[in-house]
Amino acid sequence: MTSHAVCHNPVTMKLLRMKPGHGEILLAEGDVAVAEQERELIEAFRRELDAGMWAAVPTERRDGRRQAELVKSFSDVPRDAERVIFFPRAAGGCGQAER
Amino acid sequence: MLLALGTAALVLVVLVWELCRSRVLAGVARIRGQLLHARSREAAQVNYDPGRERRAEQRARELLRSCVEPSDWEMYRDLGFLRVWGGLGEREHAAGASYGYLIYPHRPIVAYLPQTGALLNEYCVAFPDHSRPYGSARLPDADDVLAKWMALKADERRLIDEANMHLPGRQVDPERVRRDLLRLSRWEREPRGVLARGVERATAGERAPGIVPAA
Repeated sequence: MTSHAVCHNPVTMKLLRMKPGHGEILLAEGDVAVAEQERELIEAFRRELDAGMWAAVPTERRDGRRQAELVKSFSDVPRDAERVIFFPRAAGGCGQAER
Repeated sequence: MLLALGTAALVLVVLVWELCRSRVLAGVARIRGQLLHARSREAAQVNYDPGRERRAEQRARELLRSCVEPSDWEMYRDLGFLRVWGGLGEREHAAGASYGYLIYPHRPIVAYLPQTGALLNEYCVAFPDHSRPYGSARLPDADDVLAKWMALKADERRLIDEANMHLPGRQVDPERVRRDLLRLSRWEREPRGVLARGVERATAGERAPGIVPAA
């Protein structure tokens, strides 16, 4: 089934990063149709991936179901995506048992 | 004479150093470690701000709310965990999924069978931010849940491969999970849950499987 980004403004894209003690922070924002802004978005995107982050794009299918896509390069991000959310890559392991 | 005494003294010093070197170095390392630990504890105490943590959690909850389905958000808000249907089984997604996951903040993901309520596995996975911006690598609770939700939705197999798999009960009390499944079952029967599921079905044209918790 096709999906599209959870999006109210199809032009402006925000790059967000989850951060301990803060919640998400805005890394970059811009219009992918404007070359300079797109370049800034791409640079910010690469910085986060180089730092070991995972990047996810929240999407919504045509039936209304919310999904997410993991993307590995900026070219994988849908052009109409409203947000790309970066978060630390998953690592196996757990804290103390609760019992 | 002086030369001989000097040489002997030098040899003696070298021998004593060789004998004591490991202990001295270990002692220095221990003292250095204690100093670093004390400094980091002081820094953590100075940096800890409960207001900041609450604001962070509030931001994280808003982000979660904007990404997941409204009924899922209500589930997390009311029950403190999220359920995600497994997508690797014979039957996928909400149309009678073979298994489901319960996502708790900063706890393992628990896989279970919706038909019987039997617990399958615990998947221990974390998203540590090694930059430790405020002295901690832990994301806010809602961000941790959202990270798990996005990773499961986007690439379930990859997340499960990254996780440490354990039998049920290693980290999360099975009784707690069974109680949570009962709470979830009751919650879904409540008017709000029924309404949300009705809207969901109407939009999705699919039917979510019922949960029959273990006795």
